[in-house]
Amino acid sequence: MSSSAPSLACSEPAIQFSDVHIGFSDADILRGVSFTAQSRETLVLLGETGTGKTLTLKMAAGLLCPDRGQIEVLGNRVSAMDEHDLLAFRRKVGFVFQEGALFDSLTVRDNVAYRLTEDGLSEQEIAPRVEEVLRFVELEHTMDLLPSELSGGMRRRVSIARALINHPPIVLYDSPTAGLDPITSQTIITLILRLRDVYGVTSLLATHRLQDGFALANFRFDPKSRRVFRESDSDKNLAPTRFLVLRDGRVYFEGSPDEILSSKDPYLQRFLI
Amino acid sequence: MAETPLPVSHQHAIAPDTPSVVDVLRDIAKQTVLKIQDYSKLSFRALTNLSSKPRYVQDTLDQMDDIGVGSLPIVLLSGFFIGAVMVLQTGSQFERFGQTSLTGDVVSLALVRELGPTITGLLVAGRCSSGIASELGSMLVTEQVDAMRAMGTDPSRKLVTPRVVASLMTVPLLTTISVFVGLLGGMVSSVFSLRLNAFTFWQRAIAALEFSDLMQGFSKSIIFGFILATVGCYQGLTVRGGTQGVGRATTQAVVVSSILIIVSDTFLTKLALYLAEKVF
Repeated sequence: MSSSAPSLACSEPAIQFSDVHIGFSDADILRGVSFTAQSRETLVLLGETGTGKTLTLKMAAGLLCPDRGQIEVLGNRVSAMDEHDLLAFRRKVGFVFQEGALFDSLTVRDNVAYRLTEDGLSEQEIAPRVEEVLRFVELEHTMDLLPSELSGGMRRRVSIARALINHPPIVLYDSPTAGLDPITSQTIITLILRLRDVYGVTSLLATHRLQDGFALANFRFDPKSRRVFRESDSDKNLAPTRFLVLRDGRVYFEGSPDEILSSKDPYLQRFLI
Repeated sequence: MAETPLPVSHQHAIAPDTPSVVDVLRDIAKQTVLKIQDYSKLSFRALTNLSSKPRYVQDTLDQMDDIGVGSLPIVLLSGFFIGAVMVLQTGSQFERFGQTSLTGDVVSLALVRELGPTITGLLVAGRCSSGIASELGSMLVTEQVDAMRAMGTDPSRKLVTPRVVASLMTVPLLTTISVFVGLLGGMVSSVFSLRLNAFTFWQRAIAALEFSDLMQGFSKSIIFGFILATVGCYQGLTVRGGTQGVGRATTQAVVVSSILIIVSDTFLTKLALYLAEKVF
C-alpha cells in the first residue's frame, strides 16, 4: 500500500447532506439535517444517544434511504440510487461499525480479505495486502484467530483494517471508542489519526466523547518519523477537523474545535465537562 | 381544583384512542399481506439471482453439505422405522383378509407419494429451517448483514440463494434415500413379523410404482425444499428485537415451514392426481 500524505485539504465536498429527513414509526429522528464534509476533512458527529448519529452514517453509506432530502457522496447522489448501484458505490466507502460487525465464522484474515475475495482477486494478490493492513493496525499476529478470540479493542482494529483494505477515500466510524477503556480508546483514535494522515481519507466520526474529536483536531501523525505530534497552526489546513452537534433531529452546532471550546451554550458545555 | 405540586396543563386528561375491532383486524390483514409480499419478493429474488453474476458456488456447496449431509442421519433413521411401522400397521389389517402380500404395494405407494417427501420435508424443516433462521437472524442483529452490504455484497445473493439452491438440490435426494431406506425397513419388518419373502416384498413394492407416483414424490420434495429454505431465510432476515427476536424467528421458521409443507401437500396431491389422470 503506497502511503500518500495529503499536501493540502481540497475544497470539493466529499459528503453533502441537504435537508435530510428520516424517521421510523411516525416519529422523525432527523428533521432537516444539512452539512458538508470537504475532501480530507474529519467531521466529528456529536450527540446524545438516539440523536441519529448512526443513521447519518448509514445514510451516507447508502445503507438507509432518507425519507426526504438529498445526500451526495463523492459526486454520487446516494439518496436516489437503487440497491444495485449502491452495492458498487459502497466499495468506495469504508464503514467501521460500533461493535466491529466482524463475520464471526471467519478468521481475522478472511474478515479483512473479504472485499478482495469478493472482487475475485487471487490468493497471491490478497495475502500481502491483508498482511499490510493488519500490520498497520498492529494485529498481524492475529491472522488465524476468530473474532470471538479477540478483545473488544482488537475487534475494532480488525474492523478498521477491513474497512481500509481497498483504500477507500472515505471512512465512516460509528462510535469506534464506545465501551472501551481509555487506553484502548486512545489506540483506536491514534489509528484513525494515522489513517487520516497517512492515506488522506475523509472521515465522518460519530461519537459521544468530545475528547476523541479534540485528539483528532490537535494531533498529527508524521509518517516519516512514525510519531504523533501536537498539531501546529500551520498544520491545521492539512486535515481540518470540525464538529457537528445533533440535537432534536437537527444540526445544533457546526464549527471548529476552537468555536465549540469558546461556546457559552449550556448544552454544548455539558459535552465539555 | 386542588393544588398540586405538578404542573397541570389540561383540566381533563385526554383518554387514549382505543382502536376498534375493525381497526385491529385491518392492521392484522395489512401486516399479513405485507409479509406475504416481502416473502414473495425474497423468494423471487433468490431464484432470479441465478441468472446473473456473482454466483456463490462454494457457499452453495457448503450449504449442500450442511443441509444434505448433515440431515442424512435423521433421514436414514426415521425413514427406516417409518417403513417398518407402516408394514406393521398395514400388515395387521391385511392379515385379516389373508392378503399380506399386498403390504409391499401399499407401503411403497405411501412412501413414494406421501410419507417420503412429507416426513423428509418436515424433518429437514425442523433441522435446517430453524438453523437458517437463527444463523441469519444472529448475523442481522450483530450488524453482519449490514457489514456485508457496506462492503458491496448483496445479502440476497450471498446468503439466500445458496441456501435455497442447496435445499432444492438436497431435499429431493434426501427424499429418495428416505424412501429407499423406508422400503428396506418395511422389508425387514415384513420378513420378521409377517413372515413374507423379502424378494416378493421388494418385487411387489417396485412393481406397484408408476412413473406418475415417482413424479408426484419428486415434485413435492422440490417444493418442500424451496419452502423450508425460503421461510428460514425470510424469518432470519426479518428479525426484530435482538437475541429474543432470533429465538422467536427460529421457532416461527419451524412452525411456518411445517404448516406450509403440510398445507401445500394437500394441494400438490390433488394436482398430482389430476395430472396423473390427464397427462401421464
